[in-house]
Amino acid sequence: MIVLELLQDGIFKVLNEGENLDREITVPYCCDLLSIAMGKMPSGAAWVTVMGNVNTLAVAALADAACVILADGISLDEQALNKAKEQGITVLSSDLPIFDAALIIHQKLHA
Amino acid sequence: MNDKITMHYQVPADDFTRAGEASSSVKSKLKMMGVKPEIIRKVAIAMYEGEINMVIHASGGTIDVTVSQEEITIVLKDQGPGIEDIDQAMRAGFSTAPDNIRALGFGAGMGLPNMKKYTDELIIDSEIGKGTTVTMKVKLPTD
Repeated sequence: MIVLELLQDGIFKVLNEGENLDREITVPYCCDLLSIAMGKMPSGAAWVTVMGNVNTLAVAALADAACVILADGISLDEQALNKAKEQGITVLSSDLPIFDAALIIHQKLHA
Repeated sequence: MNDKITMHYQVPADDFTRAGEASSSVKSKLKMMGVKPEIIRKVAIAMYEGEINMVIHASGGTIDVTVSQEEITIVLKDQGPGIEDIDQAMRAGFSTAPDNIRALGFGAGMGLPNMKKYTDELIIDSEIGKGTTVTMKVKLPTD
């Protein structure tokens, strides 16, 4: 499943389109501690988190996430949005809590 | 690629907006050189952890990256306070990061363990009051 397919039923909204809408998602991954995410997040993950700062975006880019998904209605601050645009990082958001958002991705991956 | 390619970066103090710029730059340069994505990922993660450590603990520093045919070497040098107990610092979960840093999502005590995990060699040379030099090597596959 590619990132774009997450957008079909309106659960996830686009905060920054970036360059990864056609990227294959390997797995949903949940974590808010950046160093743990960096150590454990698999390449190509749809990273579900409530941390919407510039560092999240740096970690997503460097650890090669497919996209960042901000859960619980969290948005990017202006600085982070600029960074996402600059680096072409695909960022989505959802009002769902982290677990529910990740569960939907999991179900879509295994549908 | 017969010659060594070198890159030099200055890491500014206390600037979390710019932390990661050096790692991003190395990432895109390695990509242009045709280095395999899984190797780039290892280098990028290990280097970013080092870069963040310099910003948090050491008022910045310098990073030198050398790419040879056999390996990628990353040398992070700072004039910070030094690491009191390296064994303790290497332990997963141990952190001396202050609260304002933890609020950003850092301070999980995984920085040095991640640097070890993603590199083939990690040497930490630290002197209290003088600074720390971290040398990391990632081997390039021979094919």
